[in-house]
Amino acid sequence: MCTVCGCGAGEVKIEGGRSHRHDHAHDHEHDHHHHDHSHGPAHDHHDYGKGPAHAHAPGLSQARMIEIETDILAKNNEYAAANRAELARRGVLALNLVSSPGSGKTTLLVRTIEMMREEVPVAVIEGDQRTANDAERIRATGAPAIQVNTGKGCHLDGHMVGHALEGLKIRDGVLFIENVGNLVCPAGFDLGEAHKVVILSVTEGEDKPLKYPDMFHASDLMLLTKTDLLPHLDFDVERCMENARRINPKIRILRVSARTGEGMEDWLAWIRISREMNRIGRK
Amino acid sequence: MHEMSICESIVSVIEQQAVAQSFSRVKRVRLEIGPLAGVELEALRFSYDVVTKGGIAEGSALEVIEMPVTAWCMPCAKPVTVRERYDPCPDCGSYQVQITGGDELRIRDMEVD
Repeated sequence: MCTVCGCGAGEVKIEGGRSHRHDHAHDHEHDHHHHDHSHGPAHDHHDYGKGPAHAHAPGLSQARMIEIETDILAKNNEYAAANRAELARRGVLALNLVSSPGSGKTTLLVRTIEMMREEVPVAVIEGDQRTANDAERIRATGAPAIQVNTGKGCHLDGHMVGHALEGLKIRDGVLFIENVGNLVCPAGFDLGEAHKVVILSVTEGEDKPLKYPDMFHASDLMLLTKTDLLPHLDFDVERCMENARRINPKIRILRVSARTGEGMEDWLAWIRISREMNRIGRK
Repeated sequence: MHEMSICESIVSVIEQQAVAQSFSRVKRVRLEIGPLAGVELEALRFSYDVVTKGGIAEGSALEVIEMPVTAWCMPCAKPVTVRERYDPCPDCGSYQVQITGGDELRIRDMEVD
């Protein structure tokens, strides 16, 4: 069983156009893990030979205390690093979109893709606990999308994204990773993305950044969505932005509405600049 | 819910170490966890018991060393201790405070047979 995502439990499904199950896991360059689904958590499928888990001091057996000093998420971080290398090799900017359920991520993505498709290749990895509905909505725009169902899991991890990436041919483009709707767990799991983008809709509370500080701290950009609804709400935009900046003074904030198009040009400009920044120094 | 996958990662590290350092039983595991690591300790303990069942760490004690949140106050130009990310400097009240530690999520050591 995969100790990062639990995929060996048969709960994780990765699907989409050229999708695959784990039997395809070995045909890429960085053959970094070995799947064996025949038993429970008692096996290892990651070569830690060069990894931090070997950073112990051999022969330190006094009192049978073993010093480990290992980051618990080290394994996920290795998968994320492999994804980052692969994305760099392909010249792809990856954005990890995080939010609560129902913030309008998919609607925003559909609109974004419609506006961007002519200028740059776009692909999407969709994370949801169940169903392929979101991937179908993306595919309706003509962009390739792969749905990852996390089953019991509450977040995407580096390992799932690595597999999904194998099924996407995108090069020199933008990959949107729509994470599972959850403002808690995805904050801790690096997927190899260039930036986390947190999406908050104005139908939520302006104190969400304070309630879920980890996610706002981990994100570089905040999109305040559904701004077309503001006239009908008591939502205090200034207060919300102030709260976000209290958690993360460096965060950039854009107000957008996929419905009216407000702020969409700024969002696209941010993506273009991020692509440039991501490319500089890579070649 | 991600405490479950964190526990699975812990068990995976233990099993790596069991092979590398030749032991067959784990009696105690000590973790270093900061308040900003996004881990709920009660959920972690519950998951640990579930995930270690049937393995070499079954029945082992899980000890958590809670790390402090450390920060650097820019106006004061000195290290300070805060409780949350959005806390002001306890001395000068400024929000120009950079968090420098408190998101640790590590296995420090373990006692084995």
